[in-house]
Amino acid sequence: MTNIVSMKAVVKAYVRGKQRVEVLRGIDLEAEQGEFLALMGPSGSGKTTLLNLIGGLDRPDRGTITVAGERLEALSAGQLTKWRARHIGFIFQFYNLLPVLTAERNVEVPLLLTKLSAKERQRNVNAALMLVGLGDRARHKPAELSGGQQQRVAIARALVSDPSVLVCDEPTGDLDRETSDSILGLLQLLNRTHGKTIVMVTHDPRAAERASRRLYVDKGVLGQAPLGHAA
Amino acid sequence: MKFLPLVWSGLWRKRVRTLLTMLSVAIAFVLFGLLDGVTAGFDLALTRMTDGAKLRTASRINVQNGLPLSYRPRIESVPGVREVGPWTFFAGYYREPSDDIDSFALDVTRFSITEDVIVDPAYVEAMRTTRTGAIIGPELVNLYGWKIGDRVTLKSRIWTQANGSSDWTFDIVGTYSLREGAFPAGEGFWINHDYLDEARTHSKGSVTLYGVRIDDAAHAGTIGAAIDALFANSADETLTQAERDYFRAQIDRVGNISFIVGSIIAAVLFALLFVTANTMMQSIRERVPELAVLKTYGFGDTAIAGLVVAESALLCLTSAAVGLTVAALLFPQMFDAMGVAPLPLEASTLATGTAIAAAFSILSALLPVWRAQRLKLVDALAGR
Repeated sequence: MTNIVSMKAVVKAYVRGKQRVEVLRGIDLEAEQGEFLALMGPSGSGKTTLLNLIGGLDRPDRGTITVAGERLEALSAGQLTKWRARHIGFIFQFYNLLPVLTAERNVEVPLLLTKLSAKERQRNVNAALMLVGLGDRARHKPAELSGGQQQRVAIARALVSDPSVLVCDEPTGDLDRETSDSILGLLQLLNRTHGKTIVMVTHDPRAAERASRRLYVDKGVLGQAPLGHAA
Repeated sequence: MKFLPLVWSGLWRKRVRTLLTMLSVAIAFVLFGLLDGVTAGFDLALTRMTDGAKLRTASRINVQNGLPLSYRPRIESVPGVREVGPWTFFAGYYREPSDDIDSFALDVTRFSITEDVIVDPAYVEAMRTTRTGAIIGPELVNLYGWKIGDRVTLKSRIWTQANGSSDWTFDIVGTYSLREGAFPAGEGFWINHDYLDEARTHSKGSVTLYGVRIDDAAHAGTIGAAIDALFANSADETLTQAERDYFRAQIDRVGNISFIVGSIIAAVLFALLFVTANTMMQSIRERVPELAVLKTYGFGDTAIAGLVVAESALLCLTSAAVGLTVAALLFPQMFDAMGVAPLPLEASTLATGTAIAAAFSILSALLPVWRAQRLKLVDALAGR
């Protein structure tokens, strides 16, 4: 299997007020194509920062990051934006859907910058909504959907441009257990059946159990999961 | 077109705020259309309702100075001049000083040089044979109920008679009617120039101005210059203007109408710029996480700037179109109510309004675009 994510000696620090906080301290990480990776750790441990670096939302201070065959730190801001559109699908804790648009128009957003025709875009949108089980809710607005359904729309939006990697930041953090199980089942399906590589940040050990590999981030360093955490 | 739902979603997020802003913009452009149209409309009305073959010759120093009556045959002798008629301001009022009457003395046989109205020839003849005769306009008939045969006494602010009285009694011998689309000159009270000149105690042998009809409007400039050349370096130098230039000068005496109107429009639009810019700014501030999501999915700075400008353009141009349409509908009625022909709103006003709205779209989007481009993706997604 080939590595789709490769991080070497990655360091990232933020300046908060007058203080410089080193969030990641020399991270080495590799993930294979088709892997479902869960990143766990306490709040402020650096797991979301790690996820942002993999998704090309942020840049490292030091070290190298290669995702889907591209050295991210070498790309300009414009190149990185285009790369993200091609290779990464994002799923957020609070769905971040556009409230005035219907489910299908929300899912269409990543396709607007492509050269696909309206017909082709609609076909892809329908396919993505069918895949997440919301084919019959295409014309509903986010406010008319439950939390779980909104997250499914967000997953459809992440999938619609057929990205190499799905980056999920606490995708079940705002959902009840039953709905969480359903969303995690969907992610597992996408990983196993459709071969999507998934990197997921979660606090929830039950969610992490669905992943094929679990990593624990603490104080900016990757390590073993402590006792009580699935590892 | 594929971005339209996205642009619309930004605007329609806060419907009430968007509608109120659109209403403000629309009202401002109604005002713009009507005010800008007024200056253009007056120009158009002057062009339409004045005759290029009519000139006015008055004192070069001040129209109130007057000119000698003896100038009349000399003006008539200028090649291209067809006829000349005297016109003197009477400055009369009826009973109370507040009851001003638009009264003046003329040679009734040549009234058409200065007055664009319809008069029965029988009334002209009656006026010619009655020294104290007067022909009045339809509004005076309506206002005071005056009719042919009535004797009316006006008080003049300028002229007194030999007995020291400023009361002048006239016999109404006729009325005139207005032409379609003519200036609202329905309050006229005409008296005989010969009678006024004989009976007044001062300024005998003078006129306020001469109305001059020429053969060809194309020669107005050269004929006017020839008339003025006749009296150059005399005690009473003349200034001859085309009828429409004369009226324009009279309007400008009130003040620089274009400047006043322009200042009001500029103040309204300047205030409006802050309203629209503020709406756009608020809208962007509230949508920081949504913009971050768009950036996450590949919308670069240029694409985001394009969306914000498009949103601003949709807001400004749609509202301006509504405002200008309402102005275009109201404008002819406004002029009609003023007694002038129902003129259409000039195409130049509509074009200027659209150009201003387009400029507004860009100006009011500048700050929001700057803010959207400064957005730090990681912070915006984290809600910081």
